[in-house]
Amino acid sequence: MVNEYYGVILIILLLFVLSVPLGKYISKVFQGEKVWSDFLSPLEHFIFRIAGINENESMDWKENSKALLRINFIFFLWSFGFLLLQGEIGFLNPLNILNMEPTLAFNTAASFTSNTNLQHYSGETGLSYISQMLVIGFLQFVSAATGIAAFALFIKGILQNKVTNLGNFYNLFLKSCTRILLPLSFTLAIILLLNGVPATFESPSTIVSLEGDSVTVASGPAAPMIAIKQLGTNGGGFFGVNSTHPFENPNYFTNIVETISLAIIPIALVFTFGFLINNKKLSLLFFGVMTIFFLLFTTAAVKLETQGNPEIAKLGIMQPLGSLEGKEVRLGSAATALWSVSTTSTSNGSVNGMSDSMTPLTGGILILDMSINAIYGGVGVGFLNFFMYVIIAVFIGGLMVGRTPEFLGKKIEVREIKIAVLLILLHPFLILAGTGISTFIINNNPHIGWLSNPSYHGFSQMLYEFTSAAANNGSGFEGLGDNTPFWNISTGVIMLLNRFIPIIGAIAIGGFLASKKVVPFSEGTLKVDSVAFAVILLGVIFIIAALAFLPVLTLGPIAEYFSM
Amino acid sequence: MKILKDIKLHFITVILFGIMFPVLIFLIGLLFPSQSKGIPIYQDNKLVGYENIGQYFYSDKYFWGRPSEVNYNAKSAGASNKGPTNPEYLVQVENRIKEFLLINPTIKREQIPSDLVTGSGSGLDPHISSQAALIQIERVAKARNIIDREKILKLVNNNIEEPLLGIFGPKNINVLKLNMALDKLNNNDLE
Repeated sequence: MVNEYYGVILIILLLFVLSVPLGKYISKVFQGEKVWSDFLSPLEHFIFRIAGINENESMDWKENSKALLRINFIFFLWSFGFLLLQGEIGFLNPLNILNMEPTLAFNTAASFTSNTNLQHYSGETGLSYISQMLVIGFLQFVSAATGIAAFALFIKGILQNKVTNLGNFYNLFLKSCTRILLPLSFTLAIILLLNGVPATFESPSTIVSLEGDSVTVASGPAAPMIAIKQLGTNGGGFFGVNSTHPFENPNYFTNIVETISLAIIPIALVFTFGFLINNKKLSLLFFGVMTIFFLLFTTAAVKLETQGNPEIAKLGIMQPLGSLEGKEVRLGSAATALWSVSTTSTSNGSVNGMSDSMTPLTGGILILDMSINAIYGGVGVGFLNFFMYVIIAVFIGGLMVGRTPEFLGKKIEVREIKIAVLLILLHPFLILAGTGISTFIINNNPHIGWLSNPSYHGFSQMLYEFTSAAANNGSGFEGLGDNTPFWNISTGVIMLLNRFIPIIGAIAIGGFLASKKVVPFSEGTLKVDSVAFAVILLGVIFIIAALAFLPVLTLGPIAEYFSM
Repeated sequence: MKILKDIKLHFITVILFGIMFPVLIFLIGLLFPSQSKGIPIYQDNKLVGYENIGQYFYSDKYFWGRPSEVNYNAKSAGASNKGPTNPEYLVQVENRIKEFLLINPTIKREQIPSDLVTGSGSGLDPHISSQAALIQIERVAKARNIIDREKILKLVNNNIEEPLLGIFGPKNINVLKLNMALDKLNNNDLE
């Protein structure tokens, strides 16, 4: 077991150490400084010339938001249509997979456009190779780039002084794809390929096992897609069981690399923020606040999972490797617990073990983690969510000391605070309303067959699903029979709402801040780059999350824990 | 028309990231024919398995892997997704324990490690712990009429995969590789 702990420590250290230079690199890309990847700029110019887009035209927040929504709407329609008709395309479809059922196609298109990657289908049996490429793999790039571009627009807003323009969405979007996601995905795909993650267009092969049975082994162009699903906080696996599948995550080494990949861009962006606004101390404090939650959750989850399941212990067998239902022996319970916390912190949603079978309190931690949805968070959007907490902390901090709420010289006024509060409340509202409705339905139709588990755990399955959809996470308590019109439509709508409303809200705040005058620092200013403010921030996040979610967690994971 | 520009940019990104990127990785994969197909194992020119994909073993003469929700059907992998306190699930585990004790009468309940009676995440887990292999030696030896238990013990020990760099991660045994080595051992005995 001690070697498993060493593995966890190694992953966390590598993750933190590598994210700083990556953050620096991303800040250089956004500032247009010289970087090694500049050899791609002729390609980018070429793309914009064909598309007829002037990438240097600076736009205000409304124009940028419209551009973002317009192109994402096209992504959505394309994917929805493609999945509806995938069976008609007789190309790269070796298993003759049929057209997707409309509500499932809606859910899948919404899920991948919104960077959620909730999967109500199973990759091996539900998608042709061509759909995996032209819908799933494609959206995993562009949805991640949308988030990073929104982040860059927002930061521009903080930096501007009485200017209404934030920059150009298209430029930031394409650069996020070509300069950030592409080089990292290329590297990761090659590492995975060398370790036995398939990258083939051959039809699934049939083997004759040692026992003499005939078994068909699903395969496909998995390596490139798994790379971007990890790096873009997407999480939707090539195979239904995600990174538990030995083809998707073949060994302990790939597990280390994949765990780092799933969290590195969200963490790097916190440092990018510091480099861009030229205040490293502030980004370190933000990183510190997030990391306190992250380490707390990780330590608890690792301890709970490596201890084993108390109910299994009662059966009188050994649990030297911890709780193993739904986990893989080559990865171990400690690394699986770390992955689970990382994937729920960063809104990635890929898994290397089944959350549904983890011990009750671990499940509760994962739900809480997604409820906060800002501990690093999804690429780009995680920081924006975090910033909503910052605005509330600035407001409360300002009230406490009787000073005007200010963030780095920008007055935070009613408009910004209203938006921040609404966005923070939207998240629990969607989750709790959804869970309430589904509980009502199942209470009246107990034989509807949604839940693979009875009692408290069954409730947790529904709660987890809505939390995951609202947090644009995409993982699930997968025992939930979620490929039904109710789940497809309800979670589809929630994913889209809680993706695009917060993005537009944040860009709007960026726009408002941009047009404000920078007020010089004075005695009357609340200092945000101080430990005192970090403590307030920590308290604000804790209180909001606890008030909104502890009651409902009591009905699910906590009740299950006490029933043991 | 702004929307036309957006549509153009959309299709360019589809071509770049939906087609060119995966095809590029595929082409590089051609340089590594074994890895890019998932490390297949051939015996006498016949495909008998993949190094990392577990197989369903149920004869007494083979070491068994972990229980699988899909019986190692690699066409459609899957997990049980049973919650930790689900009574039905706990009965299922208890039944697996009883069955194991019945087939391995020399083994005591407290010697059984949980990996042998709990389902894996993929349903294709190729590995078990060394303890899980050790308690199957007696049965396997009997089924194969191998009197020298030490021979199999040595085989098991030789098949233990150490942690990464000797430091990071769990120790485990690839069941398919162990069973293939076992078949070889038997063949040599017969010669």
